[in-house]
Amino acid sequence: MIDFLQRFGRTWIDMVGRLGRATLFLLHMLGALGSLFARPSLLVKQLYASGVMTLSIVLVSGLFVGMVLALQAYNTLIDFGQENRVGTLVALTLVRELGPVVTGLLFAGRAGSAMTAEIGLMKATEQLSGLEMMAVDPYKRVFAPRFLAGFLALPMLAAMFSAIGVIGGHLIGVDVLGVDASAYWSQMQNATSFYSDVGNGLIKGLVFGFVVSWIAIFEGADCIPTSEGVSSATTRTVVYSSLAILGLDFLLTAVMF
Amino acid sequence: MNSRAIDVLVGVFMLLFFGAMFILAMKVSNLTSLTSSAGYTLVAKFENVGGLKARASVAASGVKVGEVSAISYDPETFEASVTLTIDETFSDTFPTDTTASIYTAGLLGEQYIGLDPGAEIDMLQDSDEITLTQSAIVLERLIGQVLFSRSGGS
Repeated sequence: MIDFLQRFGRTWIDMVGRLGRATLFLLHMLGALGSLFARPSLLVKQLYASGVMTLSIVLVSGLFVGMVLALQAYNTLIDFGQENRVGTLVALTLVRELGPVVTGLLFAGRAGSAMTAEIGLMKATEQLSGLEMMAVDPYKRVFAPRFLAGFLALPMLAAMFSAIGVIGGHLIGVDVLGVDASAYWSQMQNATSFYSDVGNGLIKGLVFGFVVSWIAIFEGADCIPTSEGVSSATTRTVVYSSLAILGLDFLLTAVMF
Repeated sequence: MNSRAIDVLVGVFMLLFFGAMFILAMKVSNLTSLTSSAGYTLVAKFENVGGLKARASVAASGVKVGEVSAISYDPETFEASVTLTIDETFSDTFPTDTTASIYTAGLLGEQYIGLDPGAEIDMLQDSDEITLTQSAIVLERLIGQVLFSRSGGS
């Protein structure tokens, strides 16, 4: 019994300790962001690694999600003779919810795991210690550019996801199922507001970008420097990021809409 | 991958983002259509607004001239007070005896406010009140009235 209690307590103490380390790490990393103004090329390189490399999967899934939404919405709405509203449904679903959330999940799987694995391997092969030996601050050189790139890339990808999804919905709804094209766009415009729908979608993307990059980089920097440790850190990144995205999405939706 | 190619691809990425934002702003949302910022407001009191919501459109002869910016309950007159924002291009357009009615677009459609201009020479100005209003038709009341008039007639 005492053993069990001890293990239970140990787990909680470890968890709180990790949370504290993660927060300190975040503050240190945010403090190092300013140095990026001196070397913007580092940021561009990381934007390539996290943004451009994730682009293809985001665009393809965005297109298909839009197409599926249009198909489903049409099949339901045709019963009420309201098939003109397919555009509204597709646009609001994508811009408010699916755009940021699905992009966040894809981003965590594609770019977040890569970030963790890269930083974890840097740690395992003692490259981070090497940088410190050469008086190069790894926070400025390695962590901060990755963090800012992830933070910026996710909302951008989410916007592209929503835009291509709406086009996918147009392909199926208008070109295949025969909804009137002008009704598709005008109903959509009547229901979607730029500031409260598109703007809030972007804010969601920024929040998810912040959290996913933070988790990914911290897990990498905090991992046990063995091949096993790196692999479990990568798994944790994907799991924690996905859970954080889904939980935060609920909170943000409850506050925003 | 040399650094020039990376720069180019990141540039393309940024352009795609701006393209996506352009689509979201111009095609998906109503950034281009009438917004509540530019225009003047009118107030109309209704006995019953039915299912009218904020941002519902205000139309004259079926042409959108503005939107509903706020709906509140007036505890002094026991009426719903609806604030309409009319686009600036339609200032000095509606006479003071304009009627505001709540209509439904189609059988299941959204409710909107229709303005029917009267014949007065004076025009409605900013924050004027539209005194002639016609409430939303509530189906239950309509059925009740029909039943009442039928039983009264027999």
